[in-house]
Amino acid sequence: MAFAANAPSVAKGRSLWGDARIRYLRNRAAVLASCVLVLLIAFVLIGPVFAQYSIEEIDWGIMGQAAELGKPTLANGHFFGADDLGRDLYARTLQGTTTSLMVGLIGASVALVVGTAYGAIAGYVGGRTDNIMMRIVDILMAIPSTLVIILLMVIFERSLIMIFIGLGLTGWLTMSRVVRGQTLSLMQREFVEAARASGVSDVMIIWRHILPNLLGVVIVYASILVPEMILAESFISFLGLGVQEPNTSLGALIAEGAGTMAYGTLWQLMIPLSFFMLTILCMFFIGDGLRDALDPKDR
Amino acid sequence: MKIQRKSLTAWLVATTMLATPGFAAGTHPVTGDALADDQTFTYRILDEHSSVDPQVVEDVTGSELVRDLFEGLMNQDAEGNLVPGVATGFAANDAKDVYTFTLRDNARWSDGSAVTAHDFVYAWQRAVDPELASPYSWFMELMSIENASAILAGEMDVSTLGVAALDDHTFEVTLTTALPYFPQMTTHATTFPVPRGVIEAHGRDWTKPGNIVSNGAYVLTEHLPNERSVRERNALYWNDGDTILEKVVALVINDENVALTRYMAGELDRTEIPSGQYPRLSQSNPDETTVFPRLCSYYYNINMTETGNPALQDARVRQALSLTLDRDLITERVTASGQFPAYTFTPEATAGFNVPNVDAMNMTQAERDAKAKELMTEAGYADGFDVELIYNTSEGHKRIAIAAGQMWKQKLGVNVTLANQEWKTFLETRGNQDYQIARAGWCGDYNEASTFLDLVNSASNYNDSAYSNPAVDEMLANAKLMDDASAIYTEVEQIIAQDVPIIPIYHYTGAYMMDTDLANWPIGNVEQNWYSRNLYKRAD
Amino acid sequence: MFRFILNRLIYAVPTMLVMIVACFVLMHVAPGGPFTSERPLPPQVLANIEARYGLDQPYWKQLWDYIANIVLRFDFGPSFQYKDRDVNDVIAQGFPITLTYGVLSFIAATTIGISLGLLAALRQNTLADYLAVGFSFVAQVLPNFVMGPILILIFTLHLGWLPGGGWYGGQWQYLIMPVIALSTSYMASIARITRSSMLEVLNSNFIRTAKAKGLPTHRIVVQHALKPAMLPVVSYLSPVFVYVITGSVFVDIYFSTGGLGQAYVNSALNRDYSVLLGTTILYGGLTIFFNLVTDLLYAWLDPKIRY
Repeated sequence: MAFAANAPSVAKGRSLWGDARIRYLRNRAAVLASCVLVLLIAFVLIGPVFAQYSIEEIDWGIMGQAAELGKPTLANGHFFGADDLGRDLYARTLQGTTTSLMVGLIGASVALVVGTAYGAIAGYVGGRTDNIMMRIVDILMAIPSTLVIILLMVIFERSLIMIFIGLGLTGWLTMSRVVRGQTLSLMQREFVEAARASGVSDVMIIWRHILPNLLGVVIVYASILVPEMILAESFISFLGLGVQEPNTSLGALIAEGAGTMAYGTLWQLMIPLSFFMLTILCMFFIGDGLRDALDPKDR
Repeated sequence: MKIQRKSLTAWLVATTMLATPGFAAGTHPVTGDALADDQTFTYRILDEHSSVDPQVVEDVTGSELVRDLFEGLMNQDAEGNLVPGVATGFAANDAKDVYTFTLRDNARWSDGSAVTAHDFVYAWQRAVDPELASPYSWFMELMSIENASAILAGEMDVSTLGVAALDDHTFEVTLTTALPYFPQMTTHATTFPVPRGVIEAHGRDWTKPGNIVSNGAYVLTEHLPNERSVRERNALYWNDGDTILEKVVALVINDENVALTRYMAGELDRTEIPSGQYPRLSQSNPDETTVFPRLCSYYYNINMTETGNPALQDARVRQALSLTLDRDLITERVTASGQFPAYTFTPEATAGFNVPNVDAMNMTQAERDAKAKELMTEAGYADGFDVELIYNTSEGHKRIAIAAGQMWKQKLGVNVTLANQEWKTFLETRGNQDYQIARAGWCGDYNEASTFLDLVNSASNYNDSAYSNPAVDEMLANAKLMDDASAIYTEVEQIIAQDVPIIPIYHYTGAYMMDTDLANWPIGNVEQNWYSRNLYKRAD
Repeated sequence: MFRFILNRLIYAVPTMLVMIVACFVLMHVAPGGPFTSERPLPPQVLANIEARYGLDQPYWKQLWDYIANIVLRFDFGPSFQYKDRDVNDVIAQGFPITLTYGVLSFIAATTIGISLGLLAALRQNTLADYLAVGFSFVAQVLPNFVMGPILILIFTLHLGWLPGGGWYGGQWQYLIMPVIALSTSYMASIARITRSSMLEVLNSNFIRTAKAKGLPTHRIVVQHALKPAMLPVVSYLSPVFVYVITGSVFVDIYFSTGGLGQAYVNSALNRDYSVLLGTTILYGGLTIFFNLVTDLLYAWLDPKIRY
């Protein structure tokens, strides 16, 4: 009974991953979301070819008169309108989406891998190791991240990699606590106890028995992390470490648009916000689809 | 039912109308405006003030509070002219290094005790006391009061400061050098009197509402940090009869757009116009927008040391950058609050400053651009070069930097990298000359050109360009000794226009949304030293 | 159990010390100091100020004095930025405010979030599920810096129902927008984690066994499924609770509430060393405490867990 958790019972010879793929493909919402995400990525990669302006070029005729002259239109080539300085929002939104997708996906992946590994080890080993590892997490949670990011900026050259490091430094902490909590509980399940009793190595137990049972929670938490990461990037940029003008990100574009939303330039908010929402919506459905597909019990 | 309600409303209206004259607070004695019943002025401040202790305060918002709560020897009127405060007047000796102030005998602290010359002696000694370590103690040095520097350095006792109470109502100051504009400096918050007994009784807590005793037109009644502070009319103020506003409320609102929303909802009587929004607001709410010149300059520092950009060590390149910056476009379309395009560092509004005839002023932008191209070719940079421009994080600075970068790129082929930094990091980077071009802003400490031009003195603490020109240093030293140095200031400006250690961009304006009920705002005071007791609210 | 708690409290002391030292080192290494300003102070004035605040002492002495003052006098020193106040004032003023709107937001986020999550899980793939998921989606993707201004535009400017900001002792009309703004995104996350966790538990073997025994669904959920399903939610809630009650800077910024979140972030930006250390200690202490509470909750939710 206990081992059934990991032993394929539907069709022999099919691996866990093969099963998961089939189950994922049966989930219509998840498949649709994947398609939309692929289309979105294709659009932000190919779209700039059709842009009439570069991301930094100022349309001097529109500068300072965006509310009257900068509306989205096909006529003047500003498909998504212009920002207050007369720069093309089509080119900028596409570039910003690319940056934010990278930041969100890589940042969340780093947090996911580090947090899961750290939390699973702490929970599995337990005792004093667990205590010390978790106190380290407490310390890192309490240290003001503002200072850490400022220091990173002063010590290293500004680059995209530093954003990932800056985000990764904080993102994995909560994840590790969630994973440790689950691991503590899993440790007491019959199948783990049985595996230990039969002399399976610790690494194998974590890999074969603990991790698969963590996936559900981890994936859902990771899909929550993606929007958090994308928005946290704008704070890092505020401190000077993140994306620099003329480059941009969805967080920066949304913040700019939100500042002027009452002043008759609503598209400056709505267009980047729509891209952001679409991205996150896809992530959610893909996350839920993955969770359902990878759940070892769910069949 | 319907009819009944209508008649009830009519009755209400009728009684209200009958009652109105009885409630009115009267009319303004000078202008004759009908005064509103509710004389509360509510305004927005960007950040929490640092302190309301006159000798400790260091920020603009805090100084605004201090000017309402305390009163110094002299005040400013709506145009910035000197008018009596606690002192009814002053006299100087012939050498202009000893000033004697006569204090009025009816000045009172809010606890009823008299304001005397001893209070000023205590306050001024406190300002230079190393133990208090006032951040504006340098201002007392600038005032050239005898022994101030030695006391600050810990070499002499505070009691040796060149101030004395000859009697309760005569305050004498001895200076180390003749200072014609010394009385002007007594309008500064650092020189305001403080109540010795209260400070000794409460220590650092003396400025808390309930403890604080002050001698100005208002007393601090509430202070909720990062939320609001409230000051209410002080009935014991010697000129309380002329005070009209009963209550002044300062609300801390960090976000300028939220502040504007709350202004529009009627929660504020005054707020700043967000960058770039003036043209729209002046169309939609023409009676409420106010713009007036201020004593401040917005400019770019160029690093003149070897840590800077090699191309920028050539004066012709610096001139070219300055020429191609289209100030009209920036002030009309980017900042767009009536700022004045700047070709000199010192603002035109500065008292006694004659704007020199800088070449760039008389050219069209096309001519400037052509001249700049020539200069770049001469200097050997016909194809441009790479340069980094840093600014502290702010939407306004960012927009100007983007526009400037594009102007240089499109006109001169100069490849500009923009980099924003968090405030303290930025100050450190700029102060250590660890940059190529950096954004800067400067507001005058007093209304005279030297408050600006001292920045290009090679010895100045504030000379972030590290510009060093012995001729300029000598001229500025000479200017200190003259009664009218305007000719020298004009000449220094001309040298700056040639050497371009800084690129002036515009001179600031104050741009406010102000409720039409609020009257008497001193827009003619370029230092924006305003006093709530001169303001009033009109009836609708 | 008692030994476990005692053990953790003993561990808390070195943890706090490391926290203080790390924060102290970081802030002194960071560029600029509390008295770096646009107008650099003349050297003599700067020296006097540094002497007054003890910054002229060697670092080890500053750190030692700091810790000694806390232990002996519970004195966290004067604020370097707001010179009329000391750190105790700053925390005593800001913390109650943040605690009030934080606890209310936390209650709103957990009750509504968990209810939505359970509803969605128990009615998986029905309209209720889609509505719950849809709501949590919208709540999650509206960034704080969009939510704050939108609430003020709608409720203050257009409808005129609520004041646009301020605290005024925490009267209800000043609380509504901060609580909405702060709770929605956590509410959404909690709903999603609850839903996923509950689905997982409902599909596990022991629940299937219970179902096979013919127990009614609501009894299965309440008696068997709810506690294990709450485990990941509780792990997530502990840091959230600390974040929420120590203040969210955006609430203070947009609604002028005067809470501790703004004091904390500003102290880092202003290099207000003493306030930064003080708030970090508060923050760290709460983190340690609530992580201990979480571990105790684990043991209650899953009695098999042993530490």
